[in-house]
Amino acid sequence: MGKVGIIGVGQSAFVRGYPGSIRELAFEGFREAMQDAGIATKDIGASVFCSAPEYDKQRSPAGVLAEYLGLTPQPTFYVETLCSASSTGVRLAYSLVKSGLHDVVAVVGFQKMSEISSAESQERMGRGADIQWESPFGTMMPAYYALHARGHFAKYGTTPDDLALIRVKAATYGQINEKAVYRKPVTFDMFSDPENNMSGPVASPLRVGDCCANADGSSCVIIANEEKCKAFSKKPVWILGLGAASTAVNMAGRDIFSGLTVGMQAGEQAYKMAGVTPKDIDVAEVHDCFTIAEMMAYENLGFAKPGEGKDLIRSKETYREGSIPVNVDGGLLSKGHPIGATGGSQIRTIVLQLRGEAGPMQVKDPEIGLVHNIGGVGLYGNVTILGR
Amino acid sequence: MAKEKKEIDVRFGKFGTISFTAMTKVNDFIDRLEQGKISGTKCKTCGNVYFPPRADCYNCLGKDMEWFDVSGTGKLVTYSKLEYAPVGFENDLPYAIALLDYGDYKVFGRIASDVPEADIKVGMEMKAVHNTLPNGQLNYVFQKA
Repeated sequence: MGKVGIIGVGQSAFVRGYPGSIRELAFEGFREAMQDAGIATKDIGASVFCSAPEYDKQRSPAGVLAEYLGLTPQPTFYVETLCSASSTGVRLAYSLVKSGLHDVVAVVGFQKMSEISSAESQERMGRGADIQWESPFGTMMPAYYALHARGHFAKYGTTPDDLALIRVKAATYGQINEKAVYRKPVTFDMFSDPENNMSGPVASPLRVGDCCANADGSSCVIIANEEKCKAFSKKPVWILGLGAASTAVNMAGRDIFSGLTVGMQAGEQAYKMAGVTPKDIDVAEVHDCFTIAEMMAYENLGFAKPGEGKDLIRSKETYREGSIPVNVDGGLLSKGHPIGATGGSQIRTIVLQLRGEAGPMQVKDPEIGLVHNIGGVGLYGNVTILGR
Repeated sequence: MAKEKKEIDVRFGKFGTISFTAMTKVNDFIDRLEQGKISGTKCKTCGNVYFPPRADCYNCLGKDMEWFDVSGTGKLVTYSKLEYAPVGFENDLPYAIALLDYGDYKVFGRIASDVPEADIKVGMEMKAVHNTLPNGQLNYVFQKA
């Protein structure tokens, strides 16, 4: 059965208020990936569409989008694991290809968040948690991650300043990523300036600057078997390891608030399958929906020991020139987080890095990269390890 | 011949500022809350304890459950004070969500609005008490033990 690889990647610009429909939005990432792969729609055996439901009105989007993208009459599927939908889509595509059922599969992630207001969006995302027992208390994603920030602070002495350093790093690269929604610089001093929006309270201890930017966007990853990879691509990037996990949806069912168990478990699975260790990772994309999420990812993925994630960011080891560059495309914090498109965008970034095509964001000669993509409040975890 | 209309049990619609679930097999939770009790369930077959309460036991697949009441105090595991709310909760602001650890189970809820923020510390003992919201809905809140 041979290897499974990636022959094309694409993403739309991540923007506020995309002036088109979801099918047009999905086409943007798809077009770029198809041009990147240099293939025709007849070469694709199946498609997987990925988003979080209830942001737009379309039910069962797979059939609608497949038709718009010219991917009928091939089979098409819809998958969702909230913010990790398109990583789950890649996992599904991998199994479709590995099983021999299809030679080439397109994974398209999309989300048009701007169809609803920010407060409505918080309500939707909050309902990606336990709607029976927790949503009636008025929960939302920033507050759930704030519970983890408080847990990390209490256990390890991490501070709001450490989290601010992660936001400053994200903005450093968001400025040079032409597809990012937030292109402005963020300085450490903004967090201590009560007049600056970055220091505004959201859900203690998290502030406005700790939260990612909602955005509209799409991504596309084209997966193929070894034979098709070699036929179509000069620089295929191989899927070396995959990991995925789930956990209790309600906070009452959790034992740890200083990390995400799904991140740890998905990471362990992916490292084992790839036969590598955290030290082998040259560049990583981690799920920084909030600054604390990146801090936990450092530790959950073994880039730092538990409690020592703060040392990694204080010493700038996760910058482009550091020992383990993380989110050097701006991350969810600055590049933006169009829920269903995020995993595919993270994979695109790592594929470009491994091919040496990441432009001003390029890390020096990486061979192995990692993508960590979380859905909900650590409800779903996906880790994908890629290599040249 | 007119069919007798089946009565629908939607008691759970009274839970929280806004309830997103009206029907559940553990609807008696609401009656017990009205009586001042915050209750979980225990599987009569295998003894597994659940809070929030469940009608089904994933450990032994049983459905023969009995109620127990949350009692004593729990340790504050973590909390967050919200200054921004999702749609429908704006009038409750500011409010703090939190988790208490009672040992055999944990309870997620809100900290009582009259507890000063300066008094809230991770690790402190608190107790869950039933509460009626201004809109007549029911929930429970955590007070200092």
